[in-house]
Amino acid sequence: MKTIIFALISGVIFGAGLTVSTMVDPVKVLGFLDIAGNWDPTLAFVMGGGLAVYLPGYYLLVKPRGKTLFGDPCDLPTATKLDAKLILGASIFGVGWGLSGICPGPAITNLSSGNTQIYLFAGTMLVGMWLAGMVRRSR
Amino acid sequence: MPDIFIQALIGGAMLGAGALLLMLTLGKIAGISGITAGALLPKGSERGWKLAFLVGLIIAPILTSQLGFGLPEALPGSSIALAIAGLLVGFGARLGSGCTSGHGICGIGRLSKRSIVATITFMSAAIVTVTVVGVAA
Repeated sequence: MKTIIFALISGVIFGAGLTVSTMVDPVKVLGFLDIAGNWDPTLAFVMGGGLAVYLPGYYLLVKPRGKTLFGDPCDLPTATKLDAKLILGASIFGVGWGLSGICPGPAITNLSSGNTQIYLFAGTMLVGMWLAGMVRRSR
Repeated sequence: MPDIFIQALIGGAMLGAGALLLMLTLGKIAGISGITAGALLPKGSERGWKLAFLVGLIIAPILTSQLGFGLPEALPGSSIALAIAGLLVGFGARLGSGCTSGHGICGIGRLSKRSIVATITFMSAAIVTVTVVGVAA
């Protein structure tokens, strides 16, 4: 029950951050990516703000202990190798992000807008995730 | 500094705080693509907390709209462009083990080499795409 409640609170704070920061608005995202055109630097501040909290938080509160506040072990990624899947996957994701201005967080956070276009995006995003799972498991 | 930059900085700090809280309480990386796939796909795992996190993401703008921070009314781009983009975003994020949140915030926040390379890669690919295709194809 504890994990459900803290996951819910974390999700609300994260989603509120996406909304307040305007990251949920693809027009702002595309403006940020349009550096060769009419560049809108706003979203650089979103990443800056996020890292300004997460990086010191991780190095001061998480890494030295390796445990959660409740004493359970932290589940941290162990992969260190730069492989083809990482580069290919990030490239494909980047093309989709550049086409739409929508990445997975904003796709979910926008669901309550009632805009039917976001259901289309979220639906094909899930299909893409499922296909990637098949590819990952087949190796 | 324009107000919108300060607003973006505060929003960014909030999402960093949400991600940090998930690590401090559950010991989990706030990677939205991984959480979404784990919660909703047939081969998922640890569905409980992942679903709770997604519910949090969905209800958040309903709460912030009370303070004047809402969702965009319309999305740019045709249906076919959005459908293709969604497919690429979902496939690429899972194949590359993460997206803007997992690599861009949590991964760079841990100074992970993989995440730094992934973030530079997807940012570059997105910038090239917008430059070639134009905004809102």
